[in-house]
Amino acid sequence: MEAVIAVLVGVLMASSVYLMLRRNLVRFVLGLALISHTANLLIFSSGGLQGRFPPLISPGELEPVPGAANALPQALMLTAIVISFSVFAFLLVLAFRTYQRLETVDPDAMRSAEPVPAEAGTNGSVAGGPQ
Amino acid sequence: MSWLLAGAIVLPLACGVLGLSLRPQRAMQQWVSLVAGIGHLGIATALLVTVWTDGILVVQVGGWPAPFGITLVADHFSSAMVLITAIMGVATIVYALCDIDQRSLVKDFHPPLQALIGAVCGAFLTGDIFNLYVWFEVMLIASLALLISGGRKAQLDGAVRYAALSLVATTLLLSGIGLLYGMTGTLNMADLHLRVQQVENQGLLSVVAILFIVAFGIKAAVFPLFFWLPASYHTPKVAVSAIFAGLLTKVGVYSMIRVFTLIFTHDVGYTHGILLWTAGLTMVTGVLGAASHNELRRILSFHIISQIGYMVLGLALFTPLALVGAVFYILHHIIVKANLFFVAGAAERLSGSSDLKTLGGVYREQPLLAALFFVPAFSLAGLPPLSGFWAKLLVIKASLASQQYWIAAVALAVGLLTMYSMTKIWVNGFWKARPASTAKPAALSRLNRALLLGPIICLAAITLAIGLWPGPLYDLAERAGHELMAPSNYVEAVLGPSETAALGAGAEVVE
Repeated sequence: MEAVIAVLVGVLMASSVYLMLRRNLVRFVLGLALISHTANLLIFSSGGLQGRFPPLISPGELEPVPGAANALPQALMLTAIVISFSVFAFLLVLAFRTYQRLETVDPDAMRSAEPVPAEAGTNGSVAGGPQ
Repeated sequence: MSWLLAGAIVLPLACGVLGLSLRPQRAMQQWVSLVAGIGHLGIATALLVTVWTDGILVVQVGGWPAPFGITLVADHFSSAMVLITAIMGVATIVYALCDIDQRSLVKDFHPPLQALIGAVCGAFLTGDIFNLYVWFEVMLIASLALLISGGRKAQLDGAVRYAALSLVATTLLLSGIGLLYGMTGTLNMADLHLRVQQVENQGLLSVVAILFIVAFGIKAAVFPLFFWLPASYHTPKVAVSAIFAGLLTKVGVYSMIRVFTLIFTHDVGYTHGILLWTAGLTMVTGVLGAASHNELRRILSFHIISQIGYMVLGLALFTPLALVGAVFYILHHIIVKANLFFVAGAAERLSGSSDLKTLGGVYREQPLLAALFFVPAFSLAGLPPLSGFWAKLLVIKASLASQQYWIAAVALAVGLLTMYSMTKIWVNGFWKARPASTAKPAALSRLNRALLLGPIICLAAITLAIGLWPGPLYDLAERAGHELMAPSNYVEAVLGPSETAALGAGAEVVE
């Protein structure tokens, strides 16, 4: 079971990296959503995947039955899912607003913050100080 | 005293929530934020004093004993960072009273700012590695809200880059935490210190360590993971840029130092060797990037990257003196760097430009501002007797003591190039006559001028005080550095003496 999940994590990670490397903001956002699911799956498998007993403590006992499943990774995942959900919602709005204002989804064409090419030729003269 | 620890996190977060409910009344929002900021400064001061007199302070949240519950820990390093955060918070709030006034298009500033301060303090004070991840996410959302508020094109463009790389970083951090939990079965950092020694597959541990280096490296903006920083830091309002420049990357460095002194010390030659190369390349690329730009805030953004190199260098050398240097460097740098952004913003408001080609005449028209620029700028370059000189001296002395002569040479050369960059700003922006094409902006009212220059004067005074009397800060950094190098005190404070002895004995048997 662990081997299957390990391969699945690998395939998902590769797909999300592929998506994130595309020159398209929408695909990038989808890639980020996928990569956060991959991380969740990884945490899930870190708790062990054998068909174990539920982590319940029988009456009169102080510890769960030996070999019980570890419930903590699922609690961690739950937190991570909630966080990635809200971040994903934010990202969708950000991508949409960016598309509206900059009228492109190609990150290479977004040069509002770093308008480098136009200035590149003139840097040298100013860097030398006032002549 | 446990309320001090919780208060440092809860007060700013509560104020952020209150600020959101006061959204229509922007004047009220400002005053609530200012009062909370001053209160936070009080709590942070009391926290540092308590830690200084009584030693490491620990709170088990909800009464669950470590390692099962979430632990909050304040040692000398983290409480000093909380105090610096609180100082930066007050300075930013005061500066923003003029920079982001009630007519500004930036409608939401104070609530996310308070959330950011709360999250940063949370990251400094937590003793639980998953909790650290959660604080990173809170910090990310708060900083994104600050970054895009106003909605200019450049801001959205910068925010896309910032969000993209930061989210990859937090995902890698989450994966690293998952793998680490799978190997050790614990999330408490003190407990992790003991348990990683019992992990059989030390090679796998190094892989996880690399995941942490990449994740914190993106957050700290080290080479080659820094591209989000110069793309985004110059786009929002100056008050926002300044608090980002002061705090955010330093949280990454802080976490890196915490994790690589407390948890991943199994193969120092490998992990810290990578960090050493990273530190050298970060210093050089940052300062060269700065030399190629002409816009004030973009120059300063690249200098953040180059200075991060010095801090990582302190960690990479991994000697007591080097860690003392790293702690000293971080504390001095936060104040200096945020102050430089404040000065850049004030120069833009008072002289009408932030580009070296169109800026000019600041020295003649605003002599006070020019003098105030001099203090942080040449402290950054490491000129005695300013604070940066002592910070650089400690780090370079540590690298000489470790016989890493090449990195000491790099650090010195980068200091010289920083000086070149600051001189370029001085000559082009402050000294030369105002270009005829640049119109002089309308004069600010006396109150607004005081609100802009007040925080700059206070931070410059702190820089000067550290430079002239480095003793107290050095003592603090020394205590923090020695605590970091000998984590047994930290572990004992969190887990209690008996637990530590039992597990320590277990570790010896396994070895």
